[in-house]
Amino acid sequence: MTEPVKLTLQCVAVLFACVVVGLLPFYIDLFELMQYTLFCSMAVLALSLGFIWGFGGILSFGQTAFFGLGAYSYAVAAINFGDSTPAIGLAILIPALFALALGYFVFYGQISDVYLGVITLTVTLILFNVFNSTAGDAYTIGSARLGGFNGMPAVPTFNMPFDPSNILFPEQSWYVTGGALIAIYVGLRLLLRSPFGRVAIAVKENETRAALLGYDPRLVKLLVFVIGGAIAGFAGALYVNWGAFVGPTIFALSLSAEIIIWICIGGLGTLVGPIVGCFLIEYLVSQIGTQQAVNSNLVLGAILVVFVVLLPKGLVPTIRDGLLALGRLGAGRSRRGDAARGHEIVDEGPAGAQPAGAE
Amino acid sequence: MAEILPLLQTSHLTMRFGGVVANDDVNFTLEEMELRCLIGPNGAGKSTFFKMLTGQLTPSEGTIRFRENPIAGNLPHQIARLGIGIKTQIPNVFNGLSVRENVWLAARRAARRDASAKRAAEIVDEVLQRIVLTDLADAVVGQLSHGQRQWVEIGTVLAAEPELILLDEPAAGMTDEETVRTAEIIAEINKTRALIVVEHDMEFIRMIAKKVTVFHQGRIMMEDTVEAVLADSRVRDVYLGKKVAA
Ligand SMILES: Nc1ncnc2c1ncn2[C@@H]1O[C@H](COP(=O)(O)OP(=O)(O)OP(=O)(O)O)[C@@H](O)[C@H]1O
Ligand SMILES: [Mg+2]
Repeated sequence: MTEPVKLTLQCVAVLFACVVVGLLPFYIDLFELMQYTLFCSMAVLALSLGFIWGFGGILSFGQTAFFGLGAYSYAVAAINFGDSTPAIGLAILIPALFALALGYFVFYGQISDVYLGVITLTVTLILFNVFNSTAGDAYTIGSARLGGFNGMPAVPTFNMPFDPSNILFPEQSWYVTGGALIAIYVGLRLLLRSPFGRVAIAVKENETRAALLGYDPRLVKLLVFVIGGAIAGFAGALYVNWGAFVGPTIFALSLSAEIIIWICIGGLGTLVGPIVGCFLIEYLVSQIGTQQAVNSNLVLGAILVVFVVLLPKGLVPTIRDGLLALGRLGAGRSRRGDAARGHEIVDEGPAGAQPAGAE
Repeated sequence: MAEILPLLQTSHLTMRFGGVVANDDVNFTLEEMELRCLIGPNGAGKSTFFKMLTGQLTPSEGTIRFRENPIAGNLPHQIARLGIGIKTQIPNVFNGLSVRENVWLAARRAARRDASAKRAAEIVDEVLQRIVLTDLADAVVGQLSHGQRQWVEIGTVLAAEPELILLDEPAAGMTDEETVRTAEIIAEINKTRALIVVEHDMEFIRMIAKKVTVFHQGRIMMEDTVEAVLADSRVRDVYLGKKVAA
């Protein structure tokens, strides 16, 4: 697929998403709209890991650490300030700073990729335990009680920027969350087209070569990791806005694992994949939840096995490659004449040949 | 008056892997604009030497000076920024990216010095022509032949515009025609830059060589003109016997 075709498709997809976000409230009831709001905030979380794993080669088993920190930062700040505007900013800033500290230790300490997984996992467990044991009055930040395993109920939800008296209605929250998802997708797309994004992909492709050309892989990975942490933190704020609640289970390992499953199913190395995988699985789980016959974890496991065996690349890359093959079939028919005129076969690009990072 | 520094100087450079001494007290000097060939049998320590020069390995002992900078133990990207570029023995390219992207990544760092995107684009076009891959610019490197990937890597090294270029077996996997072209490109680069070239192919060495350094068991065994080296009986014994006699 040529560069302009890809760009056109991406623009069409974004436009389509904008239309869906804009029109959805007119077609479904409030309960469903709330549910999709939740999915969108989860999809932002999926994007954060899809970005650092698929384009930075950093597999974090604890992306929920940043998600949870973002959620708690938002809750504490919103309760104290009574205004969601600075709280959202802090929900991005604090996880980003935490990612900076953790990432500095990991990447500049030249710790191997395997340990990165272990460390992120451990940090998430520690955070769970820390927040789980904050019951009692001693654990109060300003006027916000952390509440231990009970969490923090009745957190103020989003209001109009700098206008705390003007709380958003659920429809408006939907527009904000859906819009945020689209904005982050577009932002990451632009980032990946920028010189920094191209270098990040290069470091993921071949760290040694990147270093031998003069790029510092430690710095590049650290920045990717921090961006991922910031986005996950923002997802945390969106999540609290949806439920007006945050508790320590937000750091649960099951959620960390679920994000990885979303990405495996949707497609690693794409940005649309994690979103698609997240929506699909979340929807399925919510449907299964309405009946008693089968256990949702069982279904989730079965789906994962099926995908790993049959569609190891995930949905989005498989569909893309299928379309490409079809396109080539069509193009091949009309271009057979050209080939006879001496075009090299290699010119066409071998099957499935797609530069990494292009979806 | 400061003495004129050589471009590269190693003293007592030693690399041990457990009991294996891959480089043993190597004292090596390269002048500005010099072209040096490095030969020696398999396992002589040539690639290990290159890895220390580029920061992929930290020497067990000894120093490396690149102009006035001591670089032993520096990180690869720091050394690359000082101006040492390498084509490694095993093709080391961005397999998932296009040929153009590979070259651009190198050119961008070089163009940074005058900080212009336009300059980077110019370098890319120049280099693609030079390595004769303009037609395959958008092909994914991982899908190319071994020889073509070698060219891509040489292209990235050229695009980075280093002061010193290290080539570890650049002609391996190339056709005779490509080998000749590689020799021509090396001669052309050498008009403005210094190079160290490791090769096993003696025909190729004859095409390009001026001064040759022979490695044997991690040490420098001799250093002389290509004729003198190829005529030396010790060199024949350790390495060349069969090939030169033929
Ligand atoms: N990472 C390593 N660990 C242990 N031993 C190593 C390592 N790298 C190289 N060696 C050993 O060091 C010696 C020198 O290897 P090196 O690759 O430098 O040789 P070379 O001259 O490049 O050989 P060739 O012509 O086959 O490429 C060999 O005996 C090799 O087995
Ligand atoms: Mg070698």
